[in-house]
Amino acid sequence: MGPQRLPATQDPVAPRDSGPLTITVDGAEVTGQVGQTVAGLLLGAGRVSWRTSRTGRPRGVFCGIGVCFDCLVTINDIPDVRACQRRATEGDVVSTEPPVREASA
Amino acid sequence: MISGVRVFEAAGGVLVVGGGPAGMAAAAAALRHGARVTLLEAGYDLGGQYWRHLADERRGAHEHRLHHGWSTFQRLHEEITGHPRCDVVLGGSVWAIDRHDDAPPVVHVMVGAPDGTDREPRSYTPDRLILATGGQERTLPFPGWDLPGVFTAGAAQALAKGERVAVGQRVLVAGAGPFLLPVVSSLIRTGATVVGVAEASGRRRLARGWLTRPWELASTSSKAGELGGYLKDLVRHRVPYWTGRTVVAAHGTDRVHSVTLADLHPDWTRVEGSERVVEVDAVCVSHGFVPRTELAVAAGCQLDEQGFVITAAGQQTSVPNVYSAGELTGIGGADLALAEGEVAGTTAAGGVPRPSLIGQRKNLQNFAIRLESAHGIRPGWQTWPDPQTMLCRCEDVTVGELRDIAAKTQSRGLRSLKLTTRAGLGVCQGRTCGRNVEDLLSESLLPAGRTSYRPIATPVRLGELAATITPEREDPLP
Repeated sequence: MGPQRLPATQDPVAPRDSGPLTITVDGAEVTGQVGQTVAGLLLGAGRVSWRTSRTGRPRGVFCGIGVCFDCLVTINDIPDVRACQRRATEGDVVSTEPPVREASA
Repeated sequence: MISGVRVFEAAGGVLVVGGGPAGMAAAAAALRHGARVTLLEAGYDLGGQYWRHLADERRGAHEHRLHHGWSTFQRLHEEITGHPRCDVVLGGSVWAIDRHDDAPPVVHVMVGAPDGTDREPRSYTPDRLILATGGQERTLPFPGWDLPGVFTAGAAQALAKGERVAVGQRVLVAGAGPFLLPVVSSLIRTGATVVGVAEASGRRRLARGWLTRPWELASTSSKAGELGGYLKDLVRHRVPYWTGRTVVAAHGTDRVHSVTLADLHPDWTRVEGSERVVEVDAVCVSHGFVPRTELAVAAGCQLDEQGFVITAAGQQTSVPNVYSAGELTGIGGADLALAEGEVAGTTAAGGVPRPSLIGQRKNLQNFAIRLESAHGIRPGWQTWPDPQTMLCRCEDVTVGELRDIAAKTQSRGLRSLKLTTRAGLGVCQGRTCGRNVEDLLSESLLPAGRTSYRPIATPVRLGELAATITPEREDPLP
């Protein structure tokens, strides 16, 4: 149970096959279609949350239009990217917690 | 002018901010009246949230099945993108607006991938500025509303239309307003089962709002057709539609597994003893819309008592050369946004709107008044949250904390309230909780829309900002 991507063969909208796209999320491969957002890929893979708030409460997509900032991820070492606003590109490395920064000497 | 930021591009002409129905109609009308137009859209595509669609690479053969007025979108899209006097800028996020007493505002933009690090900074100095930044959903807080699996209805809509992802398999849709119905249709067409629709307004209020003076609705008959299509979906898929009922709690630990529904009195207080639990794996909630006014506020536009931008007959705001159209001026849906956009684009380009267009706008404004009278938020919602209910999702401030701290500190201003309560101090800067905070505190303390004051309209990275400073503009060290 949870979010689900509608298979193209059952889709009344008949989306064009844009080809597969694979990103890694915390080291695991997640596959979707070219043109999808990072949030679309994560939800399509059945995930509803991927970060925690200040007090440790789980957060994922809430508004879906870039307003709530609940869906933030780190993409290719860039922190605080809204997963619902950013389209995935092949090979993106997504981390669901902010990158650890080395203290400067 | 913000010191040190170079003017990358002086556009002149008409600058339209927002690529939804209002912005697209404004750009097309301004072009028809001879203006040079720059249309700025923060997303990857034109269309806004109303015509949110699949990426070009995935364009569907039957995409019209998900959209109302798809042919209007296609016509406007063709008119704008193919026009030699129009520059469409996608991925353009306005992060600041500079006010000037004697000249139109300067608009500062980052162009590139959302939340990127290497976006291109631009500053526009238009002759006329049209703000068409739209609205966002307002979701009232209740225990468990921050659990994953609870979405705004708009999120369900965006994910269905733009991603072909259903937010859940057993989904409840709740809140207030006709917008709940297209969300149901989108969910069904994306393979979800909708277990019911809960409309908070009761039957009598809905009838008073929609069935009185029916002749006034004749001129908005396209809306009746649209509504009829959604109702057909409800009937065909046997989706129950409850009135005077809403979600008052969501249950789960890491994600929602059920919700409590309760009947509501006309003022939206709960009818005690009416509660029942429904199993779901997702719930979509929308209690209406609020305008996204941060740019209008930054530009100095006056707001009315409800927090909407005040406009004159030609969509002029209180600031010379600044116009506004669409949800910013009142929540009335895409048809009103299209009409207002066309008026704004026409007058901004120096033209005179057709009388029939003005008449159409008037009729659709009446529709907006009905919308508010039938579905507008009632104060009884303030009894749904308990003191532990999360209010500010970013900083985890509860309803109880907000009330207690505000009472103890006697904070009177927005800044001190934010600093003492922490509500609105997190990443979203109060976009989600702002209106609810305004309501929970006394009205005189924070007038409607006050929390939309954000001088930095969207987060911008310090590195990007630093890169916009040209060496010759840096002040020499003493």
